[in-house]
Amino acid sequence: MTPLLRMEGISKHYGGVRALEGARLACARGRIHAVLGENGAGKSTLIKVLAGVVQPDAGTIELAGEPIALPDPAAASRAGIVSVFQELSLLPDLSVADNIGIVDPPRMWHRTWGPIDRRAQRRRAEAALARVGAGDIHPLAQVRDLPLSRRQMVEIAKALARDPKLLLLDEATSALTAADVASVFRVLRQLRDDGLAIVFISHRMQEIAELADDCSVYRNGCHVASFPAGSKTSGEIIEMMIGREHESVFPPRPGRASSERPALAVKNLSWAGRLRNIDLEIRPGEVVGLGGLDGQGQRDLLLALFGALTGVTGSVAVHGVPVTLSSPQRTRLPGGGIALIPEDRKTEGLMLPMSVRENLSFAAIDQFSRFGWIDRRAEEAAIASMIRLLGIRADGIDGPVAALSGGNQQKVVIGKWLMTRPQIILLNDPTRGIDVGTKQELYRLLRELADGRAALLFYSTDYDELIGCCDRVLILYDGAIVNVLEGDALTEHNIVASAHNLTAAGAAGAPP
Amino acid sequence: MTAVTGPRAQDARYWLASHRGPILAAALFLAMFAVFVTEHPAGLSGNVVNTAANKGALLALVAVAQTIPVLTAGLDLSVGSVFVMTNCLASTVVTGTPREVGLGVALVVVVGVACGALNGLVVVVGRLQPIIATLATGAMYQGIALWLRPAPGGEIDEDFADFVTGSLGDVIPFSIVVLIAAVVVIWVPYRRSVLGRAAYAIGSSEQAAYMSGVPIARAKFLAYVLAGLFAALAGLLLTCVTYSGEANALLGGSYTLSSIAAVVVGGTSLYGGSGGAIGTIFGAFVLRTIGDLLFVFDIDPLSQPLFLGVVLLISVSLGSFRLLRVKKRLDLYR
Amino acid sequence: MTARVLAGRIDRALAAAIGCIVVLLVAGALYDRNFLSADYLLQQLQVASFLGIIATGVMLVVLLGHIDLSIPWVVTIGGMMSTAAAGHQGWAGALAIPFAIACGLGIGIANGIGVAYLRVPSMIFTLATNAIAQGLMVVHTSGFAPQDHATPAMHFLAVERSILGIPNAVWVWAAIGAATVVLLGRTRFGRRIYAIGNSERAVFLSRVNVRLVVVACFAISGACSAFAGVLLAGYSTKAYQAMGDPYLLPAIAAVVLGGTSILGGRGSYLGTIAGVVLVTLLQSILSIVQMPEAGRQVIYGAVVILMLLVYGRSAKVVS
Repeated sequence: MTPLLRMEGISKHYGGVRALEGARLACARGRIHAVLGENGAGKSTLIKVLAGVVQPDAGTIELAGEPIALPDPAAASRAGIVSVFQELSLLPDLSVADNIGIVDPPRMWHRTWGPIDRRAQRRRAEAALARVGAGDIHPLAQVRDLPLSRRQMVEIAKALARDPKLLLLDEATSALTAADVASVFRVLRQLRDDGLAIVFISHRMQEIAELADDCSVYRNGCHVASFPAGSKTSGEIIEMMIGREHESVFPPRPGRASSERPALAVKNLSWAGRLRNIDLEIRPGEVVGLGGLDGQGQRDLLLALFGALTGVTGSVAVHGVPVTLSSPQRTRLPGGGIALIPEDRKTEGLMLPMSVRENLSFAAIDQFSRFGWIDRRAEEAAIASMIRLLGIRADGIDGPVAALSGGNQQKVVIGKWLMTRPQIILLNDPTRGIDVGTKQELYRLLRELADGRAALLFYSTDYDELIGCCDRVLILYDGAIVNVLEGDALTEHNIVASAHNLTAAGAAGAPP
Repeated sequence: MTAVTGPRAQDARYWLASHRGPILAAALFLAMFAVFVTEHPAGLSGNVVNTAANKGALLALVAVAQTIPVLTAGLDLSVGSVFVMTNCLASTVVTGTPREVGLGVALVVVVGVACGALNGLVVVVGRLQPIIATLATGAMYQGIALWLRPAPGGEIDEDFADFVTGSLGDVIPFSIVVLIAAVVVIWVPYRRSVLGRAAYAIGSSEQAAYMSGVPIARAKFLAYVLAGLFAALAGLLLTCVTYSGEANALLGGSYTLSSIAAVVVGGTSLYGGSGGAIGTIFGAFVLRTIGDLLFVFDIDPLSQPLFLGVVLLISVSLGSFRLLRVKKRLDLYR
Repeated sequence: MTARVLAGRIDRALAAAIGCIVVLLVAGALYDRNFLSADYLLQQLQVASFLGIIATGVMLVVLLGHIDLSIPWVVTIGGMMSTAAAGHQGWAGALAIPFAIACGLGIGIANGIGVAYLRVPSMIFTLATNAIAQGLMVVHTSGFAPQDHATPAMHFLAVERSILGIPNAVWVWAAIGAATVVLLGRTRFGRRIYAIGNSERAVFLSRVNVRLVVVACFAISGACSAFAGVLLAGYSTKAYQAMGDPYLLPAIAAVVLGGTSILGGRGSYLGTIAGVVLVTLLQSILSIVQMPEAGRQVIYGAVVILMLLVYGRSAKVVS
């Protein structure tokens, strides 16, 4: 029997960065297909191609044996491909019933021209909600008033109400409670038995073991293997996800056991239920990693330490002096202060259309200006030395920073902060989407900064990096630190296991 | 569903929550209007009500025109110009035999729709920012108004005008009937249509609407077309009230600005996605009643613009309380 | 790559605006010989300088990605407050100009607070302050045309020609323009204005007090408009109701036609100068050829739309 869906040779590049390279996926009716891989392995891009959100550079997609083009989400929807995304595609100002019936609502009088039949739509929404076990959600409630877990249930109900042939779930259960997950799984199994094909991404290994019929593993945008669920142990699956092709060279760690006073000491930090009782200390010269699955509070922790959140409780001390981080301006401290290399360099790190000069000197502009007047000579001298230090390859300093490659852009973001001579540097996934060569340079730079007595807190979605660069790695799960790995315990296996909140033994030995 | 309230009460609660804006505006209007008629020397006479209704209905129609693009997180700064231009057109063509009057009315409406369609094309196909695009097309419509009627004047079929501005049985002002008819015949079906809901969806989150397969281009285009239509209805009504046409740029400008104020007072978010025509209508009547109240309380009529400004400023600033709930300071910045 | 396109756009806008100016000059000269006479052109520049001063403030606000719709009545306030102060004897009369500018500054600061601290959309907040400004002036004048007259100083600045036969108003605009060029190009404040227009988040995360910059720009815009009102009152010897109304659309059009993005972050003051001259010439040529007001408006709107279609389009929404 031909599979319902067959994707072959799908490639997608963003600038110089490859997201997918000749990837393939095939799934049959009546099967639940789990798509596995590390962060950045290309799983989400693959799903977005299927949903019509991302256009591949190359490759073919066949649905029930027929080649199909998916230029936009509406086309995918018409073809019977319905997706539930991690980033919600709900309309916050509309009611639950309106959201569920947004595309093809029941009509009065005429199938295409009649007005929306609100009663029928409401009944349909109630049925869809009841089916996924979310009967507690009122169909007239506005989506913006629902908590995240309820919104995700609406999202799933919305997808099911469209009678899909192929259902795509990208981390669709990440925000759900255990009871919700159980009822969603019950529905998914029912749908599978009704002949639906389901493609499913999750980082929770237990869920995959529980639900999947088939598995496909991806790594660095390439398909690694497909196999029936249960034929591999989770240890073997994790090996496949990690791969053995990494050749990153990391600078040596000095491994000094310092008993100095910490540069940054955080006690009992909590925020809005999303960060819970965080304690951490970083000494000068240390690189401390933040690990775990994406979205477990790592980014919020960095923002909290940079004064960008309100209502943070707990205490923060810099070199023993208590500080109140009520705004980013307050992170300007005598002796250097705190720097944050933000998550999204295009919107948070850089002003893309502006020049390399304007971007590089932006945070440290006070050093080159008197009464607000910029001393361009001093500015140029400082910029030239920063460009030399970081090896930024730019065609002059007055060209727009948007013209640089991703790696060089990231160097500009880092350079912008190094110009303020910070004591504490917070890095939010700084190597995402940049090439291998630049990554190596950044690893060296991080170690040099640490050797220069800066304290670094480094969040990365790449486990390899955490192991290679960090003296210590804190694993976050659901806003709390669940494990601290250092020395010999700092291995990929342990990181992956703690990130999934499994015990180390469970990850290695338990059957899937 | 909790046992205490029961499903029906719960439905009502959600209905109330999603219609808070219009309900508040309506309550405000009724309170103000009650004060107005009790304080008015002539009391609740047909004449007083009729005058108030005609003034309110004019602004209400222009403001409804403004509401629809605002729902899509857009804006139409040309509604005042279309209003003035159709006024000038109506003062030329709505005259003669009943047949000619009918055709004239139809022509006015068609021209309004055409203006809206041009706005829609410039915004959707031309991908220009609605503010600047409609500011420019508004200048063009104002020019056409001047071309149609270089000096104030013209005429309109008197029977038609008297009928439109009169009262049914000396009690119910016919302009209110026109307004209600426009809402029932145009707004309600639109609100219930897929494209009408798409307007809300686009205003709520254009990104999510795109992901959900909502027809974005068609919905935006229709929103501007309907804005032109309602502005033309207002222009027609103005002609009936004044029996003449005038290419008065100041009038157009003040109606455009008041329409935005009415939209805000009526509970429609300028960020799009929530609100609607009903709230806007009450918002328009609230704004008009402020002037009337100042009159009956013998407050210097010269302070009226000042009061209007203060009311507008307060009503738009009230939304700032939501800032107190923002936990991630970064989210305050774009 | 995209940045090259962006950089190209700025130049293209300036080039397009200058091209249009040349076309207008040639067309005007063909129609009437006197069009290219020094005297006529200086007179055009004098008229343009009022618009230019207003457009300076508007440009700063637009660079932030905001808009200032309170221009009309802040201009009027400038005119009326200066003539009202001029009516007093002694030092109050001498302070007419600074007093009027301070009034504009005050409204500008109010706008800035509403936009930056209350986060009300600038369009609606400045609309409201415009209504309040109008209300205040209607109360102030009791609805009549004010009887006060401009001071000699105002007349001197707006009308007379003291140096090289060039109108003083043009010198004033030149001084303000030069200050703006320096402000935008050479100061920390200028850098921050462009940066906020490009990415408010990045500026916030660079430890800059974004709100203060926004308030300052609105304050400058208010002061510029009020000062232009002072000059206009000096030009026509008195202030009158709604004297600022004809300046809102031309000011925004001049800024946008000069290549400043209505979404903020991009634009040069040179472009704004070109835009101001272009708009002024367009208006004057339409009046010279005795085009009725109606045709003027239509052509005016159409030209703005066409030029924007050439270089002012926003990106298409995808994913």
